[in-house]
Amino acid sequence: MTTPRLQLTGITKRYPGVVANRAISLNVLPGEIHAVLGENGAGKSTLMKVIYGAVKPDEGAVVFNGQPVQVRNPQDARALGISMVFQHFSLFDTLTVAENVWLGLDKSLSLAEVSASITAKAAEYGLDIDPARPVHTLSVGEMQRVEIIRALLTSPQLLILDEPTSVLTPQAVEKLFTVLRKLAAEGCSILYISHKLHEIRALCNACTVLRGGQVTGVCDPRQENNASLSRLMIGAEPPALKVRAQQPGVTVLLVDGLSLASAEPFGTDLHSIALRVRAGEVVGIAGVSGNGQSELLRSLSGEDMRASAQSICVADQSAGRLSPGQRRALGLHFVPEERLGRGAVPTLSLAHNLLLTRRDAVGAFGWIRVGALRRQAADIIARYQVKANGPNAAAKSLSGGNLQKFIVGREIEAIRQFAWPAQELAHPLGGPGEARVGGHVGLLIVSQPTWGVDVGAAAQIRGEILALRDAGCAVLVVSEELEELFEICDRLHVIAKGRLSPSVDRVDASTELIGQWMSGLWDAADQQHAAEADHAAV
Amino acid sequence: MLRFEARAQPSTGWAYASPLLALTITVVVGVGLFVLLGKDPVRGLQIFFWEPIKSGYAWSELIVKATPLLIIGLGLAVCFRSNVWNIGAEGQYLIGAIFATWVALQADADTSRWIVVAVLLAGALGGMVWAGITALLRDRFNANEILVSLMLVYVAIQVLNYLVYGPWKDPAGFNFPQTQTFEAAAQMPRLMVGSRMNIGILLALAGVVLVWVFLFRTRAGFAQQVGGLAPAAARYAGFSSRRALWTALLVSGGAAGLAGALEVTGPIGQLTPHVPVGYGFAAIIVAFVGRLHPVGIVFSALLMSMFYIGGELAQSRMGLPRSITGVFQGLLLFALLACDTLINYRLVWFTPAKLRATPSSERRLELGGAGPVAALKEGSAGPRVAKEKS
Repeated sequence: MTTPRLQLTGITKRYPGVVANRAISLNVLPGEIHAVLGENGAGKSTLMKVIYGAVKPDEGAVVFNGQPVQVRNPQDARALGISMVFQHFSLFDTLTVAENVWLGLDKSLSLAEVSASITAKAAEYGLDIDPARPVHTLSVGEMQRVEIIRALLTSPQLLILDEPTSVLTPQAVEKLFTVLRKLAAEGCSILYISHKLHEIRALCNACTVLRGGQVTGVCDPRQENNASLSRLMIGAEPPALKVRAQQPGVTVLLVDGLSLASAEPFGTDLHSIALRVRAGEVVGIAGVSGNGQSELLRSLSGEDMRASAQSICVADQSAGRLSPGQRRALGLHFVPEERLGRGAVPTLSLAHNLLLTRRDAVGAFGWIRVGALRRQAADIIARYQVKANGPNAAAKSLSGGNLQKFIVGREIEAIRQFAWPAQELAHPLGGPGEARVGGHVGLLIVSQPTWGVDVGAAAQIRGEILALRDAGCAVLVVSEELEELFEICDRLHVIAKGRLSPSVDRVDASTELIGQWMSGLWDAADQQHAAEADHAAV
Repeated sequence: MLRFEARAQPSTGWAYASPLLALTITVVVGVGLFVLLGKDPVRGLQIFFWEPIKSGYAWSELIVKATPLLIIGLGLAVCFRSNVWNIGAEGQYLIGAIFATWVALQADADTSRWIVVAVLLAGALGGMVWAGITALLRDRFNANEILVSLMLVYVAIQVLNYLVYGPWKDPAGFNFPQTQTFEAAAQMPRLMVGSRMNIGILLALAGVVLVWVFLFRTRAGFAQQVGGLAPAAARYAGFSSRRALWTALLVSGGAAGLAGALEVTGPIGQLTPHVPVGYGFAAIIVAFVGRLHPVGIVFSALLMSMFYIGGELAQSRMGLPRSITGVFQGLLLFALLACDTLINYRLVWFTPAKLRATPSSERRLELGGAGPVAALKEGSAGPRVAKEKS
């Protein structure tokens, strides 16, 4: 039997009050692509930090190529032949590719030598990259290539990739897999961290599943199906969402000819965005991050008020220059991607965080009715099953999923009050006709609704979004997770390089099509789709 | 080994204990300082901490000195909570004093007592004007408010000097650089005979209530603070950062100007080059030692006033330099900043070999070794989410 490349036995890492890793064992053979599968918070990151020397385990042994080793820091790890590509890149925007790679290398090499070896490695693995290009001109996929080349230049025996596909189009994912398979064929072991089941089944030949800091299964993913892997990962299959077909109603959000230069140096300019969201439908915007999503969302939410007044219409009113508060008065509510620091103030209580977007507990002269505010927060905590230490708990004391539930709850309740002001808050949502009982239709805009949220909370949040839609409100979802968009949206757009594709009905959309659109290729190849979509939107 | 461990919740106990511990450290270092200077440390402590409170009169003097510190500190608390760094309260205080002086000089023997209202309003206006310059430059040209407000202090001192050495010099004042003593009507009404306490302390205490209500019970006060705590959240909520900037500077400037008016028409009674004694700077320490909380500032203002009086007494009775006051103030601020670490972290003694699991629900701060991994987006959230499921 071959000596395992990496052998972990009984790795335990305790943090005060929580065991992040409990007696974890892991075997990686040479040339194996080994998946580490688990939900957010299952302990994947901690385990990888242990292997990479960034965290010291409390118990357990690490054996590398048959030798017991103590990896004290990342330098040790690299000396052993362990490289890691992080989910979030550490590249300097203003430097070139070669300069960035050079920074992490032995100083004995000259920049020219580094450039040459980059070109050589790039050619060897089909990772097309120009060493002289400044990093800020690269796409996210290209930045990842730089990180991979940087890792490869150290000739690793074990390459760790942390959620590498979260920033890639489906086509780019295929390219990455080709590279990884070639590497593995040459004998390099790969640890592939992910929570995407189909990728693991397509790529990996071994899989260790973590749940709550423990190993819940070791399997060959090629022999499994999504359901069996999912059971190992979360202990149960997520409940399927009920989607009701529905006839969309009046237009609530109309974006037309929205063009805007980015306010930030490395941002994305928006080019004549056109978009329509009607009552009773969920419209999704797919796309690789950094293609103008944040710029578009800021101009929709009112955080950026530079758009021309007519380019954004909410409930038939020109809203391009309205402030976030004025847009809320028109029924537009927004859940941002960043929960801490934008959607909520980390150090303030949940009750006080309601005041960011709600005025229900504010009386004359702006007087805050503290009792009403607390009751309102307690209501949301109860209704949305937020695990929190009461309305006075600081926002930062909640886990990501629970804070997201609270923020989504805050905005959805606001929309309900807006659309059905006469009704009791606690009243369950009724049918689509009720949307106009109060004469208004609410609009919810959500960015990355389930980013970094555990599966249970994610299912709950998606369910709430659909319930809002079924009650006749309009919803716009911006997400990088295609699966999520396919699950909850009625129509899909794709954003690429600051331009928005025409919309396509979910039933007509395929991963291939959306993937192609993600690269900005919809004009020539997809005229007929565009025509259909326009037809559908009118 | 000793290491810091992050607390899951900031410790409420230490939030109160930290200023006391800081005071203790200040006293201990102070004793060392007296010994090194060859002075009797017991006598030194007595002068700093007992003399200023040993009698009713001593208390009234303590309050006289604490009043401007309290008023300026309250304004600065609003300002600092908004993440606006007005370091130039001293300048706003001086311009407030100058504006108030102009009104007070208009008084003559027949003037009504109500002129003090105009005097106070003029003082507040002066401080607002001076702070408004900073706000304008920051708003229009994004000039750094720390530098601008600080530099304007020195401009204000020159304005003061120009006036008292020039146009406003008392013709009957033997060429001393000072204005004439204000008419009785224009001087702040005193609260009791035999004490220099005036209505300023009542205004200051009303200010405590006002600031508390504004900060903790009004939406405007909430919006003001969100801008300081999380600017992106303020933008998301639609709270105007420009309004927060102007409010912060006008409130703190107005408070400083009011304090200047009270001082110059109160204990001093005329405008002299000795009006600037650093209240505007000391109030920065007052605001922080008082936790930027209006009630806390009452206590820290009294403490800082004690240092002022102690410093003066130490100068006259022990022959210590006047800068001893500043040394004590600085000591206290630094000790407090260090002690505040204990609110969010706690010290744990541990041996790497047998690390026992701590029962409470805290995360540990990995000191060193974390490297770039610490920057991972959900890095620290990982174990927390896991905890919830267990």
